[in-house]
Amino acid sequence: MLDPIQNLGKSGLRFFERLGRACILFARILGGLHTLIPRLGLVIYQTYSVGVLSLLIIVVSGLFVGMVLALQGYNTLVDFGAEESLGILVALSLVRELGPVVSALLFAGRAGSALTAEIGLMKATEQLSAMEMMAIDPVHRVMAPRFVAGFFAMPLLAAIFSAVGVLGGYFVAVGVVGVDEGAFWSQMQDAVDLRDDIYNGVIKSVVFGVVVTWIAIFEGSDAIPTSEGVSRATTRTVVHSALAILGLDFVLTALMFGEI
Amino acid sequence: MNTRIVEIWVGIFIAAGAAALFMLAMKVSNLATYTNDEGYTITAKFEDASGLKERSPVAMAGVRLGRVTDIRFDNLTLEAIVTMRIESKYNTLPKDTSASIYTAGLLGEKYVGLEPGGDEASLKQGDRIKLTQGSMVLEKLIGQFVSQFLSDDSSDKAK
Repeated sequence: MLDPIQNLGKSGLRFFERLGRACILFARILGGLHTLIPRLGLVIYQTYSVGVLSLLIIVVSGLFVGMVLALQGYNTLVDFGAEESLGILVALSLVRELGPVVSALLFAGRAGSALTAEIGLMKATEQLSAMEMMAIDPVHRVMAPRFVAGFFAMPLLAAIFSAVGVLGGYFVAVGVVGVDEGAFWSQMQDAVDLRDDIYNGVIKSVVFGVVVTWIAIFEGSDAIPTSEGVSRATTRTVVHSALAILGLDFVLTALMFGEI
Repeated sequence: MNTRIVEIWVGIFIAAGAAALFMLAMKVSNLATYTNDEGYTITAKFEDASGLKERSPVAMAGVRLGRVTDIRFDNLTLEAIVTMRIESKYNTLPKDTSASIYTAGLLGEKYVGLEPGGDEASLKQGDRIKLTQGSMVLEKLIGQFVSQFLSDDSSDKAK
């Protein structure tokens, strides 16, 4: 009879416990950032595994997202004789929403899951404990470089996604369906504002990068040190990151573009 | 993996990201056509400035000379005061230039169109354009057309 209520309280307490641990870890990572200055090589190596290895999936999906936007937008706009506005449609939806959001989702799937699995396995094989035995703080040596790499890689990946997507939209609009090239670019340049649209898109992608990397590192370091625990933590990283990205995107959009 | 190859790849990655941001700024957004704050401002009072927005273009002969920077309501005359910034290289606009609010295309965005006058003196910082015509509101036009049509109809019957 009392079991469901007991379970509810237990899961609620566990949620707050994990949230608290996540915040403490975040604070410790931020506090350990200064130790990275003599060890920039670690950051570069992590930027390679987080950023460079995600480049292929980002470029390919950006290209196809831009192409499909142009194709679908054309079908609707041509009814109103407004197919010249295709450039606006492609550029604004990529720069404001799809660029940051889709590349963050891909980043969570490609890089976030790898981070969790790596740190989780380090924990399961007691490498983190071994570092502590040698008086090396694993937060400084393992987690901080990965966090900084995610922080820098994510906005760059989102920018590449948007740029490649605009090019893909351009190929379809001008090459396939025959929109006038000059109108495509000039209408786009008229409607897209550097401050309102592009800066805000970059801010969004920075926020997503921090959140995804934070979730991935926390889940890894908080995983139950068994093979099953690591696999569960990896799944949680992808699910929680996706939810956090989509929820935060709504909040950020309301803050940035709310008054328009 | 070889440290040097990793470093080269990271360098390529950063350069590609920077190039993408540069392309977004220059090719996609309006940075290339950004008017800097140089130039002079003129104002005009319009009976109706509906549809006009900040950053709407100001054009003469189809060429953009500047942008609308501010739209306010005048409590005394109950009209809209539109402030426009004209780029400083266009400094020979006659003093009796007139301004109207036009629509680009049938349903496009509104812009301020300037028509040159014949005055020898030219507009300076802070000057006001006296001859103005506000925006055409589609509903008003249709309303006028319908009422005219109806009155024509009734006068035909009276004959």
